[in-house]
Amino acid sequence: MENNSRRGFMGKAFGAVAAVGAVGSLVAMKKTWDPLPSVKAAGFTTLDMTTYQEGVMVTEKWRGKPIFVLKKSAEVMENEKGNPEAEARNIKIGNDNFMVAIGLCTHLGCIPAFRPDENDFLCACHGGMFDASGLVKKVPPPRGFDIPPFKIDGTNLILGEVGPEWQSMKDNGVTL
Amino acid sequence: MAHFTKATSVKDWLNQRLAIDKVEKVMASEYWIPKNINFLWAMGMVLVVTFVLLLVSGIFLLMYYVPTVDEAFYSVNYTIMREVDFGWLWRHIHGVAASVVFLVIYIHMFTGIYYGSYKKGREMIWISGMLLFVTFSAEAFSGYMLPWGQMSYWAGMVITNLFAGGSLHADGLVEWIRGDYVPAQAFLGRFFMLHVLLLPLAIVGLIGLHFAALRIPHVNNQDGEEIDFDAESKKYLDGDKAGSKVIRFANDFMSKDIMVVGIFLIFFFYLVFWNYSFALDPVNFDPADGLKTPAHIYPEWYFLWSYEILRPFNIDLGLILFGFAQVIFVFLPFLDRSPNTCPANRRGTMFKVWFWLMLSNMIILTAMGKLPPEGVFSTIGLVAAIVFVVQWLALPFITSREKKV
Repeated sequence: MENNSRRGFMGKAFGAVAAVGAVGSLVAMKKTWDPLPSVKAAGFTTLDMTTYQEGVMVTEKWRGKPIFVLKKSAEVMENEKGNPEAEARNIKIGNDNFMVAIGLCTHLGCIPAFRPDENDFLCACHGGMFDASGLVKKVPPPRGFDIPPFKIDGTNLILGEVGPEWQSMKDNGVTL
Repeated sequence: MAHFTKATSVKDWLNQRLAIDKVEKVMASEYWIPKNINFLWAMGMVLVVTFVLLLVSGIFLLMYYVPTVDEAFYSVNYTIMREVDFGWLWRHIHGVAASVVFLVIYIHMFTGIYYGSYKKGREMIWISGMLLFVTFSAEAFSGYMLPWGQMSYWAGMVITNLFAGGSLHADGLVEWIRGDYVPAQAFLGRFFMLHVLLLPLAIVGLIGLHFAALRIPHVNNQDGEEIDFDAESKKYLDGDKAGSKVIRFANDFMSKDIMVVGIFLIFFFYLVFWNYSFALDPVNFDPADGLKTPAHIYPEWYFLWSYEILRPFNIDLGLILFGFAQVIFVFLPFLDRSPNTCPANRRGTMFKVWFWLMLSNMIILTAMGKLPPEGVFSTIGLVAAIVFVVQWLALPFITSREKKV
């Protein structure tokens, strides 16, 4: 009897030590797979917004992802009038209006192609379409293009830093 | 034991230390195989041979492959293909075997379904086999990443995005899996590790489990006949070889296996030397570019059927049905409620139709998965995906109404 309880104690003690070890090693394993500090630190890009031309879609790069920058023409702005969803996505710098978005289809992450004649984006993978504001024109994409975190600094746009304009877009559900 | 005598021969010396006589009996000479089985039962051996080809060719590729985003593409397409003597041979063997192994796995699987080899006492054979299928899928996917071409990169992008779980939007999980915001060095390094170490190790272990699962319930046969292996093997050992329903695995049954393997290898090396390009996607001969998507992204042929189940629906429903398609085969032994273990064609109309419809439907899904998602192909794909799901949901009902034959 006395022996049994000793054995039981040894068993429980061993179990406790093993559990601590197991949790510790799982934490280490999880953290080893986290993005490296150098990867996270490289996550900022500054765009000079004065260099873009109206109606010309330029692809920039931020965190390895393509970023679509489109300076909207007066015609596009006219079309958007009365469409609060599209207007809410506008990024105003000075007198210019921009669409800035992560150029990955929100369905499965392909890069849609810009069609200047139609002023829209077509994703060849599954046929999804987005308009010039980055809103879904044709499913399967579940939502419009995501807007990367940005901060407006004069005529510069800093991607990766959260500014008040982006924060309010996020709070209002304009982007994720 | 621990009682040793002076060895009379090398074999006796080993026998006292490794019991090689006993091992030989258990593994080969007294491992009993029913006589009434056809060439489809040789697919297991074909798979073993293909796996060895993959392992050996992989070891040779590993010597010159460089797992970095800057060099991976050129180490494969320049160093291995042009500089290393016979490097092209290892790559073609590896690429063709990776594709053909799935063809044989599917034949192996549908043989099992047709003859009811997953039923009554053989559930573990089926389950361990399906675990092998899943592990082989992961192995194939991680290997597809390594040349770091356009298709590798974008397949990595699309497949890891599936882990965001649609509306759950678990981007943190996806970034954790990749170790970066997009597939990059961390991603390549860990998939290299998975492909050359962890997953092959798991596969070897699962092959061991798969064989062990077979050893006790024994292999099924063409008529689903319940054979008393003890009585039949005794008959065989007593000299009534013609009257016994079983034969030795080695060398008797193996001779038939090896003949099938021989024919398979002729076909296999025909592909390696003259038709290797079917296993190498042209898009993957462009180096990976994170800022340009290929016009049409599709997986290798062996994943097309499940890809097509994902495609016609919105992202959440698509993911759920995709997950369903990945795991549902594992539950086959429990979804099939019929008492019969015999070929599908003798189990009555319902299951016969179920089987052939499932097989044809998966071929249709495969074809639609390859075609662009437009017009009538979209519709056919949608219908086929729905039929697939309905068939599995209906299986318990149609099989429980089946009469004992």
